[in-house]
Amino acid sequence: MAEPGLGTLGTIAFGIAIIAAAVGGAAVLTWFERRLLGIWQDRHGPNRLGPFGVLQVVADMLKLLTKHDWVPPFADRAVFVFAPTAIVVAMLLGFAVVPFGPDLYVLDLNIGLLFFLGMTSLAVYSVLLGGLASNNKYALLGGLRSAAQMVSYEVFMGLSLMGVVMLAGSFSLRDIVEAQRELWFCIPQFLGLLTFTVAGIAESHRLPFDLPEAEHELTAGFHTEYGGMKFAMFMLGEYLGLILISAMIVTLFFGGWLGPWLPPVVWFGLKVFALICFFILLRAAIPRPRYDQLMTLGWKVMLPLTLLNLMATGALALWWRA
Amino acid sequence: MLKSALSQLQTIWTILQHSFTRSETVQYPEQKPYLAPRYRGRIVLTNDPDGEERCVACNLCAVACPVDCIALQQGVKEDGRWYPEFFRINFSRCILCGMCEEACPTNAIQLTPDFEMCEYDRQNMVYEKEHLQIDGTGKYHDYNFYRVAGLAIAGKDKGAARNEAEPVDVRSLLP
Repeated sequence: MAEPGLGTLGTIAFGIAIIAAAVGGAAVLTWFERRLLGIWQDRHGPNRLGPFGVLQVVADMLKLLTKHDWVPPFADRAVFVFAPTAIVVAMLLGFAVVPFGPDLYVLDLNIGLLFFLGMTSLAVYSVLLGGLASNNKYALLGGLRSAAQMVSYEVFMGLSLMGVVMLAGSFSLRDIVEAQRELWFCIPQFLGLLTFTVAGIAESHRLPFDLPEAEHELTAGFHTEYGGMKFAMFMLGEYLGLILISAMIVTLFFGGWLGPWLPPVVWFGLKVFALICFFILLRAAIPRPRYDQLMTLGWKVMLPLTLLNLMATGALALWWRA
Repeated sequence: MLKSALSQLQTIWTILQHSFTRSETVQYPEQKPYLAPRYRGRIVLTNDPDGEERCVACNLCAVACPVDCIALQQGVKEDGRWYPEFFRINFSRCILCGMCEEACPTNAIQLTPDFEMCEYDRQNMVYEKEHLQIDGTGKYHDYNFYRVAGLAIAGKDKGAARNEAEPVDVRSLLP
């Protein structure tokens, strides 16, 4: 582990600040997403409460906080309560390795990328356990789909990043950002960007790949039986995942904090914001694929593409170095 | 495969273009939608051009009403006019179908372009005659039932109505 860039106290304070910012950001994102979706669907979205309707977040939060915290009698109580917390904790831990600026990070692990992959993969357990513990047909189907989805995309998610690692020569996210000073990896690693974006959407269960939830077929999928704050935790986890994946794509492919004139953190924030908007656009535009179509896409298209990218990157890297 | 990928990209582009289209939403309480004069909203009872009430309490509206929300009682004034002693519409039952308006022979009962009649107390949805009666003629400005009907009232004998011939003496053989 490298020496912390902010000192021990500073790192702790920054960690708390990141948690607050991420949770707050996720809360505001619920409103922001609805507004953006509204714009793209030729309507307004929530615009009543407060300026531009931003206080809708507070209203929603109050509503969720005052809901009856109910556990169905047929559910596996301990797992049922544990599941929603797992996704939030895992996603928040993922933020630890994200470099927000040259010296703004909580952890600079030399295996930062692996840590991130591990944490986001842990979040899948939340969905699986939630679906299983609910003891409900729809929830079980949602959990089942989540498992199938996980085997389809986790394989190429990790592999799609290996090209970046090869080019940067490091698993540390700071080194990866530094390696992009001349050229952002989105150009040499275009295939990697494509596959990782697809995997990222599937990872955060965002709409084109929200098969575990699929409210049109499975009522609410894995969180059918959840309500109140436990449901809110799942939603929080989903939005945290969205922010985390956006931050990760920015770090790995769009030069992280790098950029002229503006302070690094601002650049980072702007890039993440743009990517979040793009993800919301995907949600507004693209219909959900069928369950087998997603698996076909994962195994027959994305995995070969990733391997191709990996081989080409390896060959070219060796060729240039020689 | 490539074709379907391009199709997805095209979809995204189309949706992105909608960032610059106007919203279709009518922001209702601030922004009222246009309602045609023939809109079927709150029911009123109108007066004829002379300022007398049009309703003759014939009960046709109550008969036509599919939800039986109209109740009235006929009375006769000293000048021979018929009028409703009471006229009651229960708007919590009314489905605003407009059947009463179509059934009305005197254009008395009319539906108006107003639908904002929420109440906290259900009893307040029951409108009595004084709530229903308006001063104007509504949608039909010239129609006066007693001017075209054969019924004799004070100041208008048999045969004095518009387009009405003098009464025929059926016992006379003269042409």
